[in-house]
Amino acid sequence: MTDSAHQVPDAQGKAPDPFPGQVVHTPGGGILTGALEDVINWARSNSLWPLVFGTSCCAIEMMSTASAKYDWSRFGFEVARATPRQADVIIIAGTIVNKMAPVLRRLYDQMADPKYVIAMGACATSGGPFFYNTYSVVKGADHVIPVDVYIAGCPPRPEALLHGLLTLQKKILAGKRGEKIVIDRFWTPSAEVDTALSG
Amino acid sequence: MFKEVLAEDQDCLTLNVGPQHPSTHGVLHLVITLKGETILRVDPHLGYIHRSIEKMCESLSYRQFIYVTSRMDYLSAHINNHGCALCVEKALQIEVPQRAQVIRVLMDELTRIASHVLWWGAMAMDVGAITPFFHAFREREMINEIMEETCGARLTMNYMVPGGVMYDLHPNFQRRVKQFISFFKSKLNEYDELLTDNIIFKQRTQHIGVLRREDAISFGATGPVGRGSGWACDVRKRAPYECYHQLQFEQVVEQAGDCYARYLVRMGEMRQSLSIIEQLIDNIPSGDYQAKTKAVLKLPKGEYYSRVETARGEFGVYIVSDGGTTPYRIKFRSPGFSNLSALDHMSRGHKIGDLVAIMGSLDLVIPDIDR
Repeated sequence: MTDSAHQVPDAQGKAPDPFPGQVVHTPGGGILTGALEDVINWARSNSLWPLVFGTSCCAIEMMSTASAKYDWSRFGFEVARATPRQADVIIIAGTIVNKMAPVLRRLYDQMADPKYVIAMGACATSGGPFFYNTYSVVKGADHVIPVDVYIAGCPPRPEALLHGLLTLQKKILAGKRGEKIVIDRFWTPSAEVDTALSG
Repeated sequence: MFKEVLAEDQDCLTLNVGPQHPSTHGVLHLVITLKGETILRVDPHLGYIHRSIEKMCESLSYRQFIYVTSRMDYLSAHINNHGCALCVEKALQIEVPQRAQVIRVLMDELTRIASHVLWWGAMAMDVGAITPFFHAFREREMINEIMEETCGARLTMNYMVPGGVMYDLHPNFQRRVKQFISFFKSKLNEYDELLTDNIIFKQRTQHIGVLRREDAISFGATGPVGRGSGWACDVRKRAPYECYHQLQFEQVVEQAGDCYARYLVRMGEMRQSLSIIEQLIDNIPSGDYQAKTKAVLKLPKGEYYSRVETARGEFGVYIVSDGGTTPYRIKFRSPGFSNLSALDHMSRGHKIGDLVAIMGSLDLVIPDIDR
């Protein structure tokens, strides 16, 4: 977030362009300059293809998010893929049990880099309502694969899933994976992306 | 999916569908034996979402265990809670106030519509149409909003408690339900135009996956699957609970037993649910929404069973009590499990593409099967 490569000039006092670089207008066209890594991150964050991976109740809320009212295609998530080889992000929508854990690991391994993981709901985060007194539930999907974004709720509302997806976009925009970033609770997408870009 | 050749017959092909496959509606694993494109056998493998709910219930009190059942058949969450609440009430002989009974039935029928609407979209998606999915979710969102206002949740409501319901209805409830009824009535006709009379849809579903009446009974297939085979198995009619015996509604039964018959049963049930809601929405009696119960419930020693009709069929709750504050043993009779057992019988001899239509017409919810 503090990376100086994100500096976007706004000479005319306009709002910074979401493109992380400089656009130099020349007669009959223009030249784009910017750090390649930032441009790649910018492109990646806007076309994340989720893997259809719903094990239980959260899958219904994921379907609601895909439907017209919430419409995750506004943010570039509509290309849901059934095969891991074409997907960028797993949304773990539901409980992971011991029998499913190797399957999840295998799916994750089959995905091409860069790959991201969202743990949707209490079950995928920590086992949730199935934390106590159960013999078969994995207490959090992060025991199996690394998780980028956790979403609370049982099940989370579609707005919460959208917030999680946008948080992932912000995480990708902010730099390399694994870097620690502080997430503002009352974050709004446009303002925050702009801050991330302008430093 | 990967293939491996059976040792006995070199012409046979074993095909694994799932657990990660879009048409299994969750994490069901099917091992299909094929000869060419024809299905010889289907073996469903379960357990990919077995969350040991029955075992968990043994360590939860009689008020607490109801919330876990919302996560079993999450599309009929209210009705699952209802079955459990009924069983506890039966054991303790709690008289449920009239108002609570009507609220429960209203919520059950709204849930049934929401579940069937989602099934309608998913079934269409299974046979290759995308648009109905978006139509279905538009109507479902209206019901979700009504639920959210009164119960505070969109999907796993945990609204029914032993003795009645947790809160009173929201003041907006009646108005919004009436809005929904008038809106949904016109949309149901649109559904018919889109799918029911659609020649492609008919060809994909008619004479596919035929289940005869006697087979439906021997497999224990209930709900729209049983009624699509001509078996009048609606618990609301056969063993009425709450105020169902006072209501005017028909049991939708089709004789053909194929995927299309099951489709017609669900379409008819949506209309029947609408008529039940219409009968009740202006006649909600005043009074308490919850009977007075003790803070800690202790069931007398013994065995108790109650059953309700979910959107998928007969849901049974069997409680064994040793007189303590937690159940000694709980067994749930989930409709999806029995309906799934008929899958092998129904799909033998059909092409592999028809299996998806058959699975769609069964309306499986995998956590309900695995529990």
